[in-house]
Amino acid sequence: MSVLSINNLTVRFPGRKSTFTAVEDVSLTLEAGKILGVVGESGAGKSTVGNAVIGLLQEPGRITAGEIRLDGDRIDQMPEASLRKLRGKRIGMIFQDPLTSLDPLQTIEAQLVETIRVHLPLSPAQARERALELLKAVGIPGAEDRLSQYPHQFSGGMRQRVVIALALCAEPELIIADEPTTALDVSIQAQILDLLRKLCRERNVAMMVITHDMGVIAELTDQVAVMYRGKLVELGPTAQVLGHPSHAYTKSLISAVPRPDIKVERFPSVSYIEEETPPSSAIDLSTHWLGKTRSHEPVTGPLLSLSDLSMRFETRSSVFPSRRRYFDAVKSVSFDIREGETFGLVGESGSGKSTIARLITGLYHPTGGSIRFAGQDLTALKERKQILAMRRQMQMIFQDPFSSLNARMRVSAIVAEPIRLHRLASSNAEVAQIVADLLDHVGLGAAAGDKFPHEFSGGQRQRISIARALATRPRFLVCDEPTSALDVSIQAQILNLLKDLQQELGLTMLFISHDLAVIRQMCDRVAVMRNGELCELADCEGLFTSPGHAYTRQLLTLMPSMELLAASQQG
Amino acid sequence: MLGFALRRFVQAVIVMLAVALIAFSMFRFVGDPVNQMVGMETSIEAREALRERLGLNDPLPLQFTRFVTNAAQFDFGTSYQFRQPVADLFAKRIPATLELSFTSALFALLAGIPMGIYAGLNRESWLSKLFLSVSLIGISLPTFFIGILLIFLFSVTLQWLPSFGRGDVVEIGSWWTTGFLTVSGLKALILPSITLGLYQMTLIMRLIRAEMLEVIRTDYIKFARARGLSNRAIYLRHALKNTLIPVITITGLQLGSIIAFATITETVFQWPGMGLLFLQAVQNVDIPVMAAYLILTAFLFVSINFIVDILYFLIDPRLRVKQA
Repeated sequence: MSVLSINNLTVRFPGRKSTFTAVEDVSLTLEAGKILGVVGESGAGKSTVGNAVIGLLQEPGRITAGEIRLDGDRIDQMPEASLRKLRGKRIGMIFQDPLTSLDPLQTIEAQLVETIRVHLPLSPAQARERALELLKAVGIPGAEDRLSQYPHQFSGGMRQRVVIALALCAEPELIIADEPTTALDVSIQAQILDLLRKLCRERNVAMMVITHDMGVIAELTDQVAVMYRGKLVELGPTAQVLGHPSHAYTKSLISAVPRPDIKVERFPSVSYIEEETPPSSAIDLSTHWLGKTRSHEPVTGPLLSLSDLSMRFETRSSVFPSRRRYFDAVKSVSFDIREGETFGLVGESGSGKSTIARLITGLYHPTGGSIRFAGQDLTALKERKQILAMRRQMQMIFQDPFSSLNARMRVSAIVAEPIRLHRLASSNAEVAQIVADLLDHVGLGAAAGDKFPHEFSGGQRQRISIARALATRPRFLVCDEPTSALDVSIQAQILNLLKDLQQELGLTMLFISHDLAVIRQMCDRVAVMRNGELCELADCEGLFTSPGHAYTRQLLTLMPSMELLAASQQG
Repeated sequence: MLGFALRRFVQAVIVMLAVALIAFSMFRFVGDPVNQMVGMETSIEAREALRERLGLNDPLPLQFTRFVTNAAQFDFGTSYQFRQPVADLFAKRIPATLELSFTSALFALLAGIPMGIYAGLNRESWLSKLFLSVSLIGISLPTFFIGILLIFLFSVTLQWLPSFGRGDVVEIGSWWTTGFLTVSGLKALILPSITLGLYQMTLIMRLIRAEMLEVIRTDYIKFARARGLSNRAIYLRHALKNTLIPVITITGLQLGSIIAFATITETVFQWPGMGLLFLQAVQNVDIPVMAAYLILTAFLFVSINFIVDILYFLIDPRLRVKQA
């Protein structure tokens, strides 16, 4: 008998005006010791399936049709009290963000013992013993000492291990993992995936992994279910679904995944999914405002040149210099960026790549070294006027499209702000016209200007950010993880847009990402960073085909294998 | 921890010195202290002698040092209006004010926290809506009006509770008097402490409710639920503790203001506390009393803040690491 069987499940969220169907007619089965992946983009209803199984649908959502069986017992209509006994005992759950899933004010021991004793008839001492065993099982070194620590004393990967230990407390038959590795670095991701696979095999647990990441699916799962707008569009063994997708959506989804193994000119346009983007009318750059003053005096040598750049943060301040503690975020980094190229900066979290972006754009002042832009030493600039002129030539696109736009301003005002600040247009009418053209050019349509940011999706907001960055007619664009908060299909669109703009406007780009596949598609040259130091700087293709530094090789091996995807993308 | 406490202590001392300077300058700049002390017909020689005796001819820093040294020993000079040492006046009044303040703070916490938890967890129930509307009254009505309303209802109409004074008090030791040990003392406490604590109760309730709503949306509460913990454990062990940090801040500051600004309530109920004394001092330009009141109030706030900072440490382990 299957551990989990879902038959014709439909989940609806009744609203005041209309009812939203989050999951429609989904049927799945899952056997002991197997891992089922549920993949889809945001809003596909994949998390809702997981929440429905464990009985934690968000209000006002409810199951309106179908049934969920756990080992044959029907659980979708259980009363809350019996459902609570099921949760943790027979179904364990792992959440996405290990930094927020643990109570910050209680020790790991308190949280483990509490959970164990709710489900198993053990004395506090026995429960503690078991907690210790669990921590060892999930691979936390020095478990005895760490038991009495608080969550904030653990790193992200270690915290996710604690979360997994908590899910395993009462030996559940089924584990639901909702984006278990999305918030983690690649190397940590690989470890956690290994751990999940091992636990699943050793303990004969059935596991349902909900993710948007095709790499995780390819690495971890036996079976995969592809969801699109609440419906199950394809279900089958992972190798078959990824290698020979039969549904058009699956095909387009797979084609949008950036390839780490070869470079393609453009991302295939994803035909199946469209964000409502009105066709943008092309503007003639030779006559348009955006194309004007392209005539920067040409630079001899690199456009941007960092030499011995260092940034040190004080982590503990004290009157006595000997008691101060520092953290060196960037340690004496030097590289050049040539005009017109896309320069990639890759590394794990804490490697200092975002700090470099902030140093270049002047958000931080370096503690050492120099930044030369078009021959000018930026760190030596003192006059506000000069600094402003330099800032105009450099713009930044941030990672999080939700917090990087002022929610209280209309989109047209957001895009117009830099034009007004730098007095780039002579009249209000001209500003309005430029803003309309810019919005149109990034594929939003001029009408978008009257709306507020919250009316747009993540991808559309990122387009607004791009329009805002272009509004100063910059020469140099810093993109700090511009697509890591987006779905793959949207990511493909945004990356294509950036490529187009770069070609049209001759922009130079610094492209920061932790995603090697994206780096390969976007960049001409790549610098690999680790702990604030530059490990390797090479031609993009060269880096991927013959990595020089050991760390680069390690990063490359950690990339989820995409062989299955590759087969289908070629076919 | 020790280093942190020490640092805070030094900061507290600096604040106290600043306040002492303000209190001290009141003596110098709000009228001539000698004029306040002597009658119209005192001769100039006698005034000079008094001035010399009080040390008012000494250089300012010396005077200030003397003032601080005396204040540290609870010597604030002699009250102009009562011709008694200020310290004695306050010693007589402090127990009344402290008992009133602690009773009303206790009332605010014991009523406010459960109401806040309930209102946070059962947003839609009619009871929480009732709590919210009643608390709106608590916030918007001025204290003296609530006091008069309560007096009218419970003292005049129903005649259940006394309308003024502390009732019978019992002396403990040589200087503390308490109303906690007699029936009339306890009865006399009820109305003023409700009047004084209503605003704080409302504040605490609304704060806990808002924090509770915030916390139950967090991932760790969701995860606790997914682990099958009981609602009781989730709300009381995990959610409540996480709501407490802002509550402690506010409660600490409010406790300070309850003690310091009991003036209005004390006036309405003719409560023989410091507030009443302060009001009389203001009316009679009794500068030593005002200065002492100022310093005492500052001392209360500073020490409460100090305790609050230490409490943060005990509750939130994340702070311990940052400072250690």
